[in-house]
Amino acid sequence: MLLEEAGIPSVAVHTDVFAGVARATATANGIPRTRQAFVPQPVVDLSRAELRAYIEGNDPTSGRPFMREVIEALTCPLDADDLTGLSFDRSTPRLLTPDGEANLQRLFIENHWTDYLPIVLPTEERVAAMLKGTSHPPDEIVGRMRPTSFREFWEYTVEKVAVNAVMAGARPEYFPVILALAASGSTAKSSSTTSMTNMAVVNGPIRHEIGMNSGIGALGPYNHANVTIGRAYALLSQNLQGGSVPGETYMGTLGNGLAYSACFAENEEKSPWEPLHVEKGLPAGESAVSVFFGLRYVHEGYGPRETWQEKMRRCLSSGAHFPPLLVMDPIVARLFVERGMTTKERLIDWCAANARLPAREYWDDQWVQTLLRPLAVAGVEPYASRLKAAPDEIVQMFEPKEINLVVAGGGAQGAWKMFGARYERTISIDAWR
Amino acid sequence: MTELLTVHDPRGYPPSVVGKRLAQRPESLDGKTLYLVDCLFDNSENFMRELADWFGKNLPSVRTRLIQPRQSWVDDADMRAKVAREGDGAILGVGL
Repeated sequence: MLLEEAGIPSVAVHTDVFAGVARATATANGIPRTRQAFVPQPVVDLSRAELRAYIEGNDPTSGRPFMREVIEALTCPLDADDLTGLSFDRSTPRLLTPDGEANLQRLFIENHWTDYLPIVLPTEERVAAMLKGTSHPPDEIVGRMRPTSFREFWEYTVEKVAVNAVMAGARPEYFPVILALAASGSTAKSSSTTSMTNMAVVNGPIRHEIGMNSGIGALGPYNHANVTIGRAYALLSQNLQGGSVPGETYMGTLGNGLAYSACFAENEEKSPWEPLHVEKGLPAGESAVSVFFGLRYVHEGYGPRETWQEKMRRCLSSGAHFPPLLVMDPIVARLFVERGMTTKERLIDWCAANARLPAREYWDDQWVQTLLRPLAVAGVEPYASRLKAAPDEIVQMFEPKEINLVVAGGGAQGAWKMFGARYERTISIDAWR
Repeated sequence: MTELLTVHDPRGYPPSVVGKRLAQRPESLDGKTLYLVDCLFDNSENFMRELADWFGKNLPSVRTRLIQPRQSWVDDADMRAKVAREGDGAILGVGL
């Protein structure tokens, strides 16, 4: 689109599965008539001959020869609509037309404003009550969010965040945590085809003030604050960023159950190590929430047992692109301390040193190819060195700074989980009280 | 009688959309330089190489040049400037 603005006739080629997204994005950018042509899905892993067959075949959305679509896109004369584009104001109203409870529940579902579980309708009274959970004014801008890097940012106020908090069933005392999550700007409803979502980890005194669970069942649906804060983060992400609708603003091919709600508190009291928010530079007495992005893969283990190193190595090397977020029961943490991991840093360093693959396997990954190879070619380290490695040479997959470790759980079992999740940022909750 | 409830709209505020015009098209591509922009998705380079080969065999009067941005998913202003300076058209692609 920027090339068109620079006076260069352009045509964008997509696979047909993305036709809806491509057209919606063009409209949102004021250039709905941008020229596009489509080939079948997939392109990944096809031979040159198969790709050539796409080029010499038909555009699956129009049924016309693909190359005719391309050439006409670059040469056919423009009409008046092409020359003016499309300007419009998409402002959303503050209040909806009054209606009965059943009709409003149906309206929210039909507009894709829910997670398809019943919601608490955000009446004026309920939203006003939620707003009492913060000292910040309702019209203060909290942040901006978008489902992916090629979509436009949407903006939101304290009141809009409160509306989504009410819908999730949250209580006003949770509201500073939800505002901090909204202020992160990191969406829990990414449109990535890889079905990513976010996880939130809460630290500091607020865990006890609002009764969060860091013990038995911390990561599951067993605590009102954990669940409704996580749900509020998910709902506000989809509604404040402009949607999370399959085929339009969501393309996660498998979906992700953690996208309903993924929030828990670190068990600081039972952890032998420094709390997560302190590692990230905040005082121990401050309340904060840390956001992790991805949650593509989940491994689990018990122990550590005699062969923990072999087990951990297998898990670490299974997810080539996304670094691990380790969540450990206090029993496991304590046993690791007995094995010499007296700080989180020591265990993280061990993980970084032992997350390794032969270069040929490391690079034979769609997202390593798409996201990291360009950096390697441009000389950015450590990717450039990994690209120079011979195919059978062992390369290190992650830097220590990419790996994170959190203690949670109630001591019922020496269990740990490893999530493929990238650390995004830690936000002060106290700043949103 | 059903009680009427007044509820808030849960959506954020989208930016205003300002219409943008398409670039004028040439009558034909004869003698023109087309940039084939490999957007760095897995296998998109091979797709663009096949596209260049197709032009070479079927429309040899069109000059094609392969080009890549510095990163995937990130606008490369330098690459855009080069295409605008030296090209007559562009084909961009292709994801997944």
